[in-house]
Amino acid sequence: MIRSFARSAFAALALFASASTAFAHDITFGALELNAPFARATLPNAPVGGGFLTIVNTGDTDDRLVSVAADFAKQAQIHEMAMEGDVMKMRPLTDGLVIPAGETVILQPGGNHLMFMGLTQALVEGETVPVTLTFEKAGSVVVDLHIAAASADAPAGHMGH
Amino acid sequence: MSLSQIRTVLWTLVAVAALGATGLYVYTTIARPAQAVALGQGDYQLVTASGEPFSHDSLLGKPSMLFFGFTHCPEVCPTSLAEMAAWYETLGEDAKDLNAFFISVDPERDTAEVIGDYVNWTGRVTGVTGSIEEVAKAARAWGVYYEKVPIEGEDYTMDHTASVFLVNAEGEFEGTIAYRESADTAVAKLRRLLAS
Repeated sequence: MIRSFARSAFAALALFASASTAFAHDITFGALELNAPFARATLPNAPVGGGFLTIVNTGDTDDRLVSVAADFAKQAQIHEMAMEGDVMKMRPLTDGLVIPAGETVILQPGGNHLMFMGLTQALVEGETVPVTLTFEKAGSVVVDLHIAAASADAPAGHMGH
Repeated sequence: MSLSQIRTVLWTLVAVAALGATGLYVYTTIARPAQAVALGQGDYQLVTASGEPFSHDSLLGKPSMLFFGFTHCPEVCPTSLAEMAAWYETLGEDAKDLNAFFISVDPERDTAEVIGDYVNWTGRVTGVTGSIEEVAKAARAWGVYYEKVPIEGEDYTMDHTASVFLVNAEGEFEGTIAYRESADTAVAKLRRLLAS
């Protein structure tokens, strides 16, 4: 258990900054493309988890991610995070996250992310969990987050089914 | 160049050297930041997940890693914990004398039991918590910044310093490993710490 955790964490670190491009689960939703949705596996007894994806607005009007819902957590929010020097700072984005026309917004470890609080189940590497994303203009869509290693910086490549 | 000019030049050089030496002496004895020696010194009285007292004395005898975090932390803390476990894995037998402490900056939610459950899987990291006052003392001693940030209703998150502190067997601060520093660099720093 411990060893496999440490090993997968280590393997994930070895993959640090390796870019992954092709995913079977990219979603086109109105003018939005939702790419590479993933979460990190939670460590035992971790009460919170994070979710990540890339959102491309191919349209000519701005949209806004206004809320996120997840049935595996008591609460889900959109957060921003930044390292200021050696201090980690995190804030909820109460007005949501603007997805400007023609631009790409990346939710990623170390930056903006979906925050799941009060997890009702552990997030297990290799599984998927559904989340509902609600956009101001495009409406609501269910996205499956692929659960990667505990310290992954990207989803674990192309998973065939 | 006349003899008197040469003399002037030489005396000027002597004066410059003397000034330089004086400056160096003043810097090393007076102006040098004492923090490098004093960091971590303090009379904080905390408690480990298994109920043992934890104070600065707990850092004597073996080198240690110290991390200040909290269990309701989405990313930095679980990642740092996973990285610590990975460093132990890499160092193997060489790290048998390396202690690691995860100190909560959120003692209101992180009871001894909660913090213990949180770090338990690593097999190597000791969870530490305490009263709000004593945690504040420990954070001050280590120059750690942390602050409560309300999120919604009764809920809150914490901003906090996210570096791993390296402490030698004399309980003295040796350096830090930054968040997401490369595994190679981190392990090299730990090897240096273990050799010190």
